[in-house]
Amino acid sequence: MTVTRPPIIHPLWLRLMHWANALAFLLLLTSGWRIYNASPFWPFRIPGDLTLGGWLGGALLWHFAAMWLLVGNGILYLTVNLFSGRLMRRFLPVRPLTLLAECLAALRGKLNHQDPAHYNQVQRMAYLFAMVDLVVLVLSGLVLWKSVQFSGLRELLGGYENARRIHFVAMTGGFAFLLVHLLMTLLFPVTLRSMLRGR
Amino acid sequence: MSRLIRPHGGLSLRDQVALLRESRALLEQPSRRQFLRGAVTLGGLSLLTGCSVTDGASAEQLLEKVSRLNDQAQGWLFDPERLAPTYAEAEITRPFPFNAFYDRDSIQTVAEDDWELELSGMIRNTRAWSINELRALPQQEQITRHICVEGWSAIGRWGGVRFSDFLQRIGADTTAKYVGFKCFDDYYTSIDMATALHPQTLLTLTYDGQPLPPEYGHPVKLRMPTKLGYKNPKYIEAMFVTNAYPGGYWEDMGYNWFGGS
Repeated sequence: MTVTRPPIIHPLWLRLMHWANALAFLLLLTSGWRIYNASPFWPFRIPGDLTLGGWLGGALLWHFAAMWLLVGNGILYLTVNLFSGRLMRRFLPVRPLTLLAECLAALRGKLNHQDPAHYNQVQRMAYLFAMVDLVVLVLSGLVLWKSVQFSGLRELLGGYENARRIHFVAMTGGFAFLLVHLLMTLLFPVTLRSMLRGR
Repeated sequence: MSRLIRPHGGLSLRDQVALLRESRALLEQPSRRQFLRGAVTLGGLSLLTGCSVTDGASAEQLLEKVSRLNDQAQGWLFDPERLAPTYAEAEITRPFPFNAFYDRDSIQTVAEDDWELELSGMIRNTRAWSINELRALPQQEQITRHICVEGWSAIGRWGGVRFSDFLQRIGADTTAKYVGFKCFDDYYTSIDMATALHPQTLLTLTYDGQPLPPEYGHPVKLRMPTKLGYKNPKYIEAMFVTNAYPGGYWEDMGYNWFGGS
């Protein structure tokens, strides 16, 4: 009797990039919260226990170290996906009507999510959102990091203070994605297995 | 939480006292190692992962190394010709925030007649300058945005002597790497020569058309709209040109040295 092994869904390079991105995002998220707490522009603070760095200086060290991992890994990921055609194959097209139908099905708990080899419309939308959101985070982050040097980008984003708000909103979007992503992983543990073992 | 006393309220009196006490404790034992140990405390992350990295000397070294690389990256990104944006008079932040590593009550003042700017290091003419001699030099003004490392920003109107003119006048060796500053409130910092020569770097004598008031660094501060606030020394009493890395008050505790904007 022969045992057929299931096909590889996530190649090794993709799994490495996924976990590198996850690590970078978590470091940036938690250190960023502490940086925000140094001078909150909205009437709330992030609970200190959730933050990384111990103090502002430590948080900044983490933030400006992890940014290289996120940006380097992200550029590599997008380049490989664009040029290999994987982006088109796995994430596109997104059809608005099908997306809507699948959203409704998902809310009724009737969306088929069991085949990790094929992304449904809701997943496609979610992952494309994550990609765009990270790009916005990086671009607004560049303005916060070097608002004089990236003057064109600064003006495009409506100035330094506006870029701070954009950075925060994009962070919130990324954090929301992370929460849904983790929830879905809990509901469908098979997806976690494939992101660890490839199949 | 920043060690800085935040300038625009938001802290209860008790918090402020606690912060002050903390600042004083830090002043008494400003060990770099101790500060950076805080930097590698993973806080909430250790809750998530169930492991503690509080004694991660290797993480600390790695972060310091990356910060030095970030200095280089910023030096490379820095365009000596690119100007920081300037603003209209109506856009000035009033009141402009006070910020230092101590509270407003602890601001030190000096009588102008007792003050001199001392020069040393790789400078041809190291005679000291009085405030009136500096005021007699050609002056210029700028309305620019001050960006604090904490994230907040404020627009102010600064006047004084273009720093590159002053460096030229005193015969500073502009091929040297650093210009360092010592302040009479025990603050100190240093900057790269490229930023020192930037056209908007200003040896600042006035704020909003008046002699620099005590809270903004009377009698002299260095204003650089291309650098974060902590790189802009107030209460300057001495400056020097050198090739030996001089560090800085916050920089020695872990803030990035270049601190560019």
